[in-house]
Amino acid sequence: MGIAAPIHLPQWRGRIYGVIGLIFLLALVVVLAVSVGSVKVPFLTTSSILLSRVPLMGTNPGGSGALETIILDIRLPRVILAGVVGAALATAGATYQGLFRNPLADPYLIGVAQGAALGAVIGFLLPTTWQGAGFGLIPLLAFAGALFSTAVVYNLARVGKTLPMTTLILAGVALGALLGSIVSYLIISSGEQMHGIIFWLMGSFSLSQWSEVRIVLPYVLVGAAVILLYARPLNIMQLDEEQAQQLGIDVERLKLILLAAATLITAAAVSFVGTIGFVGIITPHAVRLIWGADHRFLLPLSVLSGAIFLILADLLARTVLAPTEIPIGVITALCGAPFFLYLLRRRKKVIF
Amino acid sequence: MIEIEVHNVSLGYGRQTVLEGLTFRVRPGEMVGLIGPNGCGKSTIIRALSRVIPPRSGEILIDGREITKIPRRELARLVGVVPQMPILPSAFTAFEVVLMGRNPHLGLFQYEGPRELDIAWRAMERTGTQSLAKRRVGELSGGEIQCLLIARVLAQETKAILLDEPTANLDIGRQVEVLDLIRNLCFQSNLAVLAALHDLNLASQYCQRLILINNGRIHAEGTPWEVITPRNIEEVYGAGGCVYTHPVNGLPTVLLNAGDGKMAKTDRVPEGNNR
Repeated sequence: MGIAAPIHLPQWRGRIYGVIGLIFLLALVVVLAVSVGSVKVPFLTTSSILLSRVPLMGTNPGGSGALETIILDIRLPRVILAGVVGAALATAGATYQGLFRNPLADPYLIGVAQGAALGAVIGFLLPTTWQGAGFGLIPLLAFAGALFSTAVVYNLARVGKTLPMTTLILAGVALGALLGSIVSYLIISSGEQMHGIIFWLMGSFSLSQWSEVRIVLPYVLVGAAVILLYARPLNIMQLDEEQAQQLGIDVERLKLILLAAATLITAAAVSFVGTIGFVGIITPHAVRLIWGADHRFLLPLSVLSGAIFLILADLLARTVLAPTEIPIGVITALCGAPFFLYLLRRRKKVIF
Repeated sequence: MIEIEVHNVSLGYGRQTVLEGLTFRVRPGEMVGLIGPNGCGKSTIIRALSRVIPPRSGEILIDGREITKIPRRELARLVGVVPQMPILPSAFTAFEVVLMGRNPHLGLFQYEGPRELDIAWRAMERTGTQSLAKRRVGELSGGEIQCLLIARVLAQETKAILLDEPTANLDIGRQVEVLDLIRNLCFQSNLAVLAALHDLNLASQYCQRLILINNGRIHAEGTPWEVITPRNIEEVYGAGGCVYTHPVNGLPTVLLNAGDGKMAKTDRVPEGNNR
């Protein structure tokens, strides 16, 4: 009939342009972030060095061997890890907000951050420097702590076969407070490790390597793919659970799948770089303000925006006070909050 | 064409039993009204028939199959629900909400193609909601949302429809429009329709059969003339003799009388049509 198209397409067109635009912006930001640093590399040189490593693209790297090392082995892994972590946190944040139908939800709502923090702090305090599979004890314990605390919260919140979302939030907040107080005590009594621990809690990419990217990326790819697959059911979950069931959604199964996927990518993201705040809660809201609340677009746009945002934040973190690095958690809130408030004021509309 | 059969079912929440010994059926092409006082369990029956709550005992058969054995997505292609006062995501547009009705027809790897958009758009046309399509749901009135939910259930293309107070927020013109639409659908497409209705007169006008619920069980069941009787109304609602005969179509009609906290007293016995 073709009459449906006129009312529907304009809105979609803007969102599709949004996705394409953000992909280009992401590429631009990656090149920019790789170029800027203590050794400034011209934009075009960086581009050609990066492109030379893309299969089937140019084969004529335009820089010296040292430049290639700086770009490909030092800066690029850091930029990529920042992008992956930003994408993971923003996607997880959008998922939690959708699942809990709560604009205040963030990836750390049900105990991931405090669990990871406790694991990491224990890692700092243990008198061993164990190394395995290319990473140390701290990320391993942080990852384990994040999954463990979420599992505890999940089991505390279950009522029979169902998982009431309010109970889940309350259990998460309560267990988070408990773990948080243990972390605080350990920090106070940590002596010379205190600086390292606090730096970890606020997040940093200063030690990023390719080996870390290789570990984190698969988790994030798989988790984000699962979440994107469930975008339409997540839209329907914005109704109450009763209507979602009546529209053919197995609500309890959906909650389990999405919570598991979002928790896994959050845990993987924070275990190496620390509990970076603000990206996960604000990026999805900014996307909603600009492109609307439909998860089929909200989720992919959050992936891209989160990556762009955290790459830029990390760029500022390492350049503003160079050679001193600012913890990235400071930058995300310091620069992200004013931008978000600007969006909020400019578009006064219902977003959630 | 499917039939809904309920055999000796009891329903409840937690330790509390709300309804017991329910036995009834809704046949294809038949519009059945569920009536009864506030809190008698009309919505509970609709929840059970859409598998939101499991039956305590007895069995519910949809198309001859035990309801708990039908996968949810398949059940949502058989039975559609128009809920009462539902939560709708206020940032979504009216069209997006109607399009959600297509969900049970789409697999995880599918998306809404032109066919789905077309079905949703025509459902809005039939319910007179096309002009609302781009509006955000948060801006709509109660009546507009009611019509939107009916559009959604039409887009769902189910074989049975359960409605929970579909006319509660509508003016009388819209009440008639909406119920006419549902009745025509029921007859033309042979749908099984069960509507929980507050308004006894609408129930009497539109339903071939009525089920009157009171005190956790079926108090009366049958044609409007069999169910809406002065005696039943007095037993269930606590007021008597207020049943008249509709002057045009002869259906039983209940009138109110303000002042004494009860419904109108009849001083004249209704004439004719007292089947």
